[in-house]
Amino acid sequence: MNPAYSVIFFTTASGAGYGLLALLGLTAASLGQSASLAFVIVSMIIALGLITAGLLSSTLHLGHPERAWRALSQWKTSWLSREGVAAIITYPFALAFGVTWSGLYPAHHAIAPLGLITALLSFSTVFTTGKIYASLKTIRAWHQPLTVPVYLFFALASGASLFLALSAFFMRDSGSVATVTPLSLIALALLKYLYWRAIDRAPRDRTMGDATGLGPNVRQWEVPHTTKNFVQREMGFVVARRHAKRLRGLFYILLLVAVLLELLAITIPLVSILAFCIVFISAWVERWLFFAQGEHIVTLFYGNAQA
Amino acid sequence: MTALPQTTAKKLGLVIDLDTCVGCQACATSCKEWNTQGYSAPLADEDTRGADPHGPWLNRIHGYEIEDTNGKDSRVVHFPRSCLHCETPACVTVCPTGASYKRAEDGIVLVNPDTCIGCKLCSWACPYGAREYDVQEGVMKKCTLCVDRIYNENFEPEDRQPACVKACPTGARHFGDLGDENSAVSQLVKERGGFDLLPEMGYKPTNKYLPPRAKRDTPQAGIEALPKGDGSAMDRLFKLADRLLSGN
Repeated sequence: MNPAYSVIFFTTASGAGYGLLALLGLTAASLGQSASLAFVIVSMIIALGLITAGLLSSTLHLGHPERAWRALSQWKTSWLSREGVAAIITYPFALAFGVTWSGLYPAHHAIAPLGLITALLSFSTVFTTGKIYASLKTIRAWHQPLTVPVYLFFALASGASLFLALSAFFMRDSGSVATVTPLSLIALALLKYLYWRAIDRAPRDRTMGDATGLGPNVRQWEVPHTTKNFVQREMGFVVARRHAKRLRGLFYILLLVAVLLELLAITIPLVSILAFCIVFISAWVERWLFFAQGEHIVTLFYGNAQA
Repeated sequence: MTALPQTTAKKLGLVIDLDTCVGCQACATSCKEWNTQGYSAPLADEDTRGADPHGPWLNRIHGYEIEDTNGKDSRVVHFPRSCLHCETPACVTVCPTGASYKRAEDGIVLVNPDTCIGCKLCSWACPYGAREYDVQEGVMKKCTLCVDRIYNENFEPEDRQPACVKACPTGARHFGDLGDENSAVSQLVKERGGFDLLPEMGYKPTNKYLPPRAKRDTPQAGIEALPKGDGSAMDRLFKLADRLLSGN
């Protein structure tokens, strides 16, 4: 599948944004009102800013961005529509949570429930994003049980790294998030290892003969058009196995460096800012590879022997 | 709405005969010609006189070769590929806006060009590559089964057929109601063993493909041996001529 940069930016930025928002909600639910107004305001702006920038970027690849509002209508059948609805519902709760948590509106008892609801909605939105991909039967590498967990853990790990970076910047105690962050990064690496093992082991048992109904001895003889059409441009992009291997290695190295930096950050907190940058780069590598390794079944009609 | 109809009154679709298709592209070009002026917006191409001409076409004619390991029945098969108007199409249910829909009255799968946002998710969901994005219009395009021909009362009844069917010079394309067991197309599918593409995907395509027929007179591989002579004067004369001409 062709890796569209607007979609990669959307999923990585909004993933980090929702992860941060969820952790802010959970932290507030357990600790109550924040002592630092500046921390609340800046972290809420960054979380909602990343989410909003991501959502806006996702509309850039649309043919008609001005019609994007229509995408909220088909939540009964479409995961993309559900994603839009979940994203929109999250906003008012996140804003109400931010206003009470910061103390701008004194409603102490509302902080915990609003924080929990915001966290739940944040993860729900990321869940729907993962489901858009996981529900596509046409792309074997996406139609996997681990696709959605990887999306959720990426949101958690990148959000937690961002939380630590912000806490370090405001010289706040990050509490249990300091433990959660390296653990979530390790869990993410493990999940991704299991995901890649699963897609490598999944049999590519659909052949050109199955697709065309012409039996096992069929070969492409003539392509229907002289230059690539939309189907080939959009669905025909597959990265070479050699490059995929290198990028997977790079991903593991980035996560390892990030974990080490997060541990170093226990004594030198500002290091966690660098750690977050590395986690965000690893998200780009992983997301690009996720698209580039998504082999679409339609390629069987275009000369791919099996998929 | 992207919710699928429980049943459709008719199942209009195409039956494509892989035995008689000669790969002439008449269906593809007549499709492009009709659909660039009919339903939805024009099917405009990009870079038409440049190095990389491309654009949405709703019908693509592939060519495949089948190699018979016995060397007797190897052949080329021309393979037109377009929307199969599935009974349970994922391209419809993934659509976030409801622009993609399946008609309850005849089962035709259409895209409303006024509400499509051009997210392309439907093209990802289709295993048959039936949908092509129109960069100029910013919406998805697909076969409409010439919905603006088949019900067009300004046409003579025999012309109320998809443009591709009308254009086919070998009669390899048939249009009709595949939901009606007694229709000509259903009978044809029954007689010839018509099959679905990728039935295991579960989308229940309406369009059917008729497999190539077995060849009748299969020539043996290699050059046939010369007949044995009968030793007559004429036969000896031919043998002499053969030796002289062969130079040995």
